[in-house]
Amino acid sequence: MFRRLAGAKARAEVVIDVDGERVVAREGDTLAAAMLVAGCVPFRASERSGAPRAPLCMIGACFECRVEVDGAGSRRACQVVVVPGMRVRRSRAARPGA
Amino acid sequence: MSERTAGETDVVVVGAGPAGMAAATRAASLGLRVRVVDEQQSPGGQVHRGVTRGDEGVGPRFGDEHLRGRELVRALHASTATVEPGATVFDVDPELGVAVLRDGIAHEIRARHLIVATGAIERAVPFPGWTLPGVMNAGAAQVLLETSACVPSGRVVLAGCGPLLLLVASQLADAGANVVAVVETTGAIDHARALPGLPRALATPATFARGLAWLRALRRHGVERIGGIRSLAAEGAGRVERVLVGVGDRAREIAVDTLLVHAGVVPNPQLARLMRLEHRWDERALAWRPRVDAFGRSSDPRVSVAGDGAGIGGARAAETDGAIAAIDAAHALGAIDARVRARLCAPLLRERRRHLAVRPWLDALYRPPGWLVDPPDAAIVCRCEDVTAGEIRSVARLGVRGPNQAKAYTRCGMGPCQGRVCGTVVTTILARAAGVAPAAVGYYRIRPPLVPVPLAALARMPGGGNRRDERTGGAM
Repeated sequence: MFRRLAGAKARAEVVIDVDGERVVAREGDTLAAAMLVAGCVPFRASERSGAPRAPLCMIGACFECRVEVDGAGSRRACQVVVVPGMRVRRSRAARPGA
Repeated sequence: MSERTAGETDVVVVGAGPAGMAAATRAASLGLRVRVVDEQQSPGGQVHRGVTRGDEGVGPRFGDEHLRGRELVRALHASTATVEPGATVFDVDPELGVAVLRDGIAHEIRARHLIVATGAIERAVPFPGWTLPGVMNAGAAQVLLETSACVPSGRVVLAGCGPLLLLVASQLADAGANVVAVVETTGAIDHARALPGLPRALATPATFARGLAWLRALRRHGVERIGGIRSLAAEGAGRVERVLVGVGDRAREIAVDTLLVHAGVVPNPQLARLMRLEHRWDERALAWRPRVDAFGRSSDPRVSVAGDGAGIGGARAAETDGAIAAIDAAHALGAIDARVRARLCAPLLRERRRHLAVRPWLDALYRPPGWLVDPPDAAIVCRCEDVTAGEIRSVARLGVRGPNQAKAYTRCGMGPCQGRVCGTVVTTILARAAGVAPAAVGYYRIRPPLVPVPLAALARMPGGGNRRDERTGGAM
């Protein structure tokens, strides 16, 4: 969905786990940015229709990016900064192959 | 009451954008104890996001504005104000106990005066297909560019209206994104409507210079511009693949990987609504705004609203707003008398008028068209609960007159975003369906907590998080 700019100042790598997959983020990334760059889309599925969803606003207003982070549900991925070893779970319906 | 109060201070400022930073710095300089609570990891707000950290030189910045942001941050840090970054306000009780969630831990700050500087959010403009992954707000792409140095891969189209649409398009094109087209609702009618505001707007030539620079960048990158569109829809299987726009009597289909949408910004309503501040509908801006006096004082004399949260004026106006609200707060708390307030505020009020001179022209030119703010039946309006515009219109036909009643019938606005996204749209749909003024329709009743709060965090609050909600008579 998104790609890192080639000329960007290199920041330290931060390895996180999204649904069992290893995702390499950069220090200072929000979780939503890391997931968009890694192609972890959709973030969730609509509880009512099952339709796939991904971030809309990136400023904490829309709640479309909510995922489970280290066991805590309904965290807004755009408001969470990645830390090494962070474990992220999408709702079952949003995972690949679901 | 006091046993569950983690801290007490003269002024709590919510939000560290231009208004919040200026308010906190000024209030501290007047001898007040000040605490700033901000959701981001460092001060700056949306407009000066992360100015003191990270990827300088990544995305194109807008020069002098960017430097201005750094000055504000520097002044804030040099002041005696305490800044709590990464902290979200989830409730304010009737005694101005400000409940804050930070790193999973909740605490409360008791304020004597509250300055709400929570800024603006992008206006939600539902259209068929806007819930597809790959459709985002233009501002969202700007956040990703500025904080993580990334751009949408593949073909990018931007659609809607407003200065930010053009700014983000030029930023992305400059950064190397494949911006295929900018599709605007703005057309000849809008230019004609805006014309009377032009002479006053020309008094601030810097604004025009910036806008022209964005347009030049788009031309340089060969970005197609389509104006005066009359409809907008997105299609795709599992993600956006095509954008369909109505141009005159024709329909254009453009293949896309990312569709970025923008139709201006509106005051972020949550905190002001939670505190039951009086609001009025601004027909020129097609948005609600809290009722404030010249100093930013709201219908609750202990609460001020400064910056875009009180009505869209832009970053520089927000700064002066913040300083004015701080001076007024110092007066309210007895630190200065009315004469000193008048003397300190006079130059700021003049400056504010100068910064606002461009607004009538901008607001008229970039006013979103009726078909965009009053969406077609098929469009999902409430993304949390999948409620369409058609469902809201059908309950309006049953006699539903307000958003809270519509919520009870359809669940619109009942999800975790609490109507942040759909609120303004639902007001508009109900008002137009019934042929009444938006003010007669009203807005959602916003309740605490403003964000999901872990029960454990509430339980560990002093007093066990037993926050009475006297607005509704119940406990939170």
